[in-house]
Amino acid sequence: MFVRIGAFFVGLAFVGVTLFSLITGVIAYVTTPAEENVAETFHLHPRTFDVSSNGPFGTFDRRQLQRGFQVYKEVCAGCHSLNYVAFRDLAALGYDEAEVKAIASQWQIEVPDINPDTGEPSTRKPTPADRFPSPYANEVAARSANNNALPPDLSLIVEAREDGSDYIYSLLTGYRNPATFRNEKGQTLPADLRPGNGLHFNPYFHNLNIAMPPPITADGQVTYADGTKSTVDQMAKDVSAFLIWTAEPKLENRHRTGWAAMIFLSIATLLGYLAYRNVWRDQKAKPVAYTGTMKPENREKRDEASREAGLNT
Amino acid sequence: MAYAWAQAYEPKSPLMKWVDQRLPLPRLVYGTVGGGYPVPRNLSHMYNWGALSGFALIVQIITGIVLAFHYVPSSEGAFDSVERIMRDVNQGWLLRYLHMNGASFFFMVVYLHTFRGLYYGSYKAPREIVWMLGLVILLLMMATGFMGYVLPWGQMSFWGAKVITGLFSAIPLIGPTLQEWLLGGFAPDQAALNRFFGLHYLLPFIIFGVLILHVWALHIPGSSNPTGVEVKGPEDTLPFHPYYTAKDGFALGVFLLVFFAVVSFLPNYFGHVDNYIPANPLSTPSHIVPEWYFWPFYAILRAFTVDFILPAKLWGVLGMFAAIILLFFLPWLDSSPVRSGAYRPLFKMFFWILIADIALLGFVGGLPAEEPYVMLSQLATAYYFAHFLIILPLIPKFEKPLPLPSSISEAVLKGTTSKAAPAGIAAPGTPGVVHA
Repeated sequence: MFVRIGAFFVGLAFVGVTLFSLITGVIAYVTTPAEENVAETFHLHPRTFDVSSNGPFGTFDRRQLQRGFQVYKEVCAGCHSLNYVAFRDLAALGYDEAEVKAIASQWQIEVPDINPDTGEPSTRKPTPADRFPSPYANEVAARSANNNALPPDLSLIVEAREDGSDYIYSLLTGYRNPATFRNEKGQTLPADLRPGNGLHFNPYFHNLNIAMPPPITADGQVTYADGTKSTVDQMAKDVSAFLIWTAEPKLENRHRTGWAAMIFLSIATLLGYLAYRNVWRDQKAKPVAYTGTMKPENREKRDEASREAGLNT
Repeated sequence: MAYAWAQAYEPKSPLMKWVDQRLPLPRLVYGTVGGGYPVPRNLSHMYNWGALSGFALIVQIITGIVLAFHYVPSSEGAFDSVERIMRDVNQGWLLRYLHMNGASFFFMVVYLHTFRGLYYGSYKAPREIVWMLGLVILLLMMATGFMGYVLPWGQMSFWGAKVITGLFSAIPLIGPTLQEWLLGGFAPDQAALNRFFGLHYLLPFIIFGVLILHVWALHIPGSSNPTGVEVKGPEDTLPFHPYYTAKDGFALGVFLLVFFAVVSFLPNYFGHVDNYIPANPLSTPSHIVPEWYFWPFYAILRAFTVDFILPAKLWGVLGMFAAIILLFFLPWLDSSPVRSGAYRPLFKMFFWILIADIALLGFVGGLPAEEPYVMLSQLATAYYFAHFLIILPLIPKFEKPLPLPSSISEAVLKGTTSKAAPAGIAAPGTPGVVHA
């Protein structure tokens, strides 16, 4: 009883304060004119593109990953690090041991080391065991070289952005001319949303103006080793596919394990269900309907016939 | 066990006899989850969530222990070590995805288990302590889940830790000092990460201990059931094994199918993209959200927006904690003598409003604190407190419960007894019997 009386007053307090909050909120909502977010109307949602690793049966297209790696190597690696990927991991792209070794030793950036004779900081050629070396020594160096913007590490970029690879693909192919771009309503970009010094207009970027200059600008920018025609669209797709791999190199294992688990568990669950029905078969109450000789009226007829025949029933 | 007809353990093999005389562990197992525990015969599948919760806890403990072999609890190395687990540790990606989605599934089954208890009045006498121990487990799970989310040291880990420990700073006088003491510094850093890791490893074992008490307390009166009518005699019960082990076994199969489908095909569905960015104290995410299982409480926290005697922030913190603490008083707030919601028309209606209300709180809790979501959260929060503290205690005054069955076996057999066959139940395969 005391609990209920106490609860009533505590309840009144919480309900009262929330309703008071609600009323002030409603008043504020009604009296302040709705602010239209102009930047929002110029923002575009990422376009989707098909990549073989999509979907529960997805696997990597090794040739595409190799092309994507080539784009990374020739276009992105100048500014963007790939901290969580090692040269040895490239074996998963279909390169053999000698090729991996060659890629590592011919990489354009050396890895920091210590001179074994003098103890002075030095650099050496990467080996397959090394992770991809960063293009900049540290964040300050990276910012000073890029107009105070920091090029993010690309290893996990697909996992770290909404819409993942679709976003990367859209961003890479999404640079537009700010002077001619129109939103859905046909409006042109207002002056305060135009890119400032060192910024580039890209409607797929969250605040419309990105520090990264358009990285892939012309068809044939990269000459693919496998002879695929390197259009801007193709290069953007290939490097996005490559970044799916860098973000989750074990994606194929995950899909394979998943299907093995689905098949195993479906059988186990079916057996579990049958075992459950079997154990419960005597205990499940079921409405019963009798037929044939068990039907009550037939039984009565049978008993009557038996009596008439003088049989002991 | 509690019932007079509970079976005493009689070892069949000489080995078990030898063990049982020296350590009655076989006896304990037999009486807890074996043939010696009589359970109401009418439990529905809603009574599977408890066993599944226990299973989810064990999955978390096992995967967690192995992950701890590889994890580095340092603000410099934590994020890297998680990526090492994902890339270089054998089956590390599987362990991590199991553990990270396992937390979500654990909360899912525990919430369903709690809703089942709410609907069927499982919190009522004589099971008040079972209910309260369950709430202790829920609170410990929340602490564990929160600290576990900090460990990968991503952006959402760091900022989540900052916001949640910041709640303590709302406490008058000692607040800011308390927050610094809890974090071991002015902001989450090495000291906080180290202690969160230590506690995240410890708390699951404490949960396991409280779980033992929870099950022990349950076995004193025995399990409740969907009719809410207590067991009257042996005809109302079935032995836990094999009947409910088989039923839980089937439920486990279904649970694992859904669990592995998410782990294998949508492993990051419950996560937040920002947690794949290493923690950066200098860059605040545009929208800080906790994990989905905290969203209803997060919505309550943010629903208090005006200073009324106390500052709004303090009201929010009080409201959020009160939202759980009030559940401890539920056995005394609800004075209806009828246990099961199935026989309480008015209660049943408000129960479903409550479920919709909590779903709404969860929905707005995951969204940015903007209008009209804040107004929705305020409405939903007001109903949440009104439901438990005002409406629930008043329902029995206005409610006319439906007639209760006189016993569980009557409820089970209702409508199935035929005059010609008084047993009413015929085994499948009996000649001349068609199961409709």
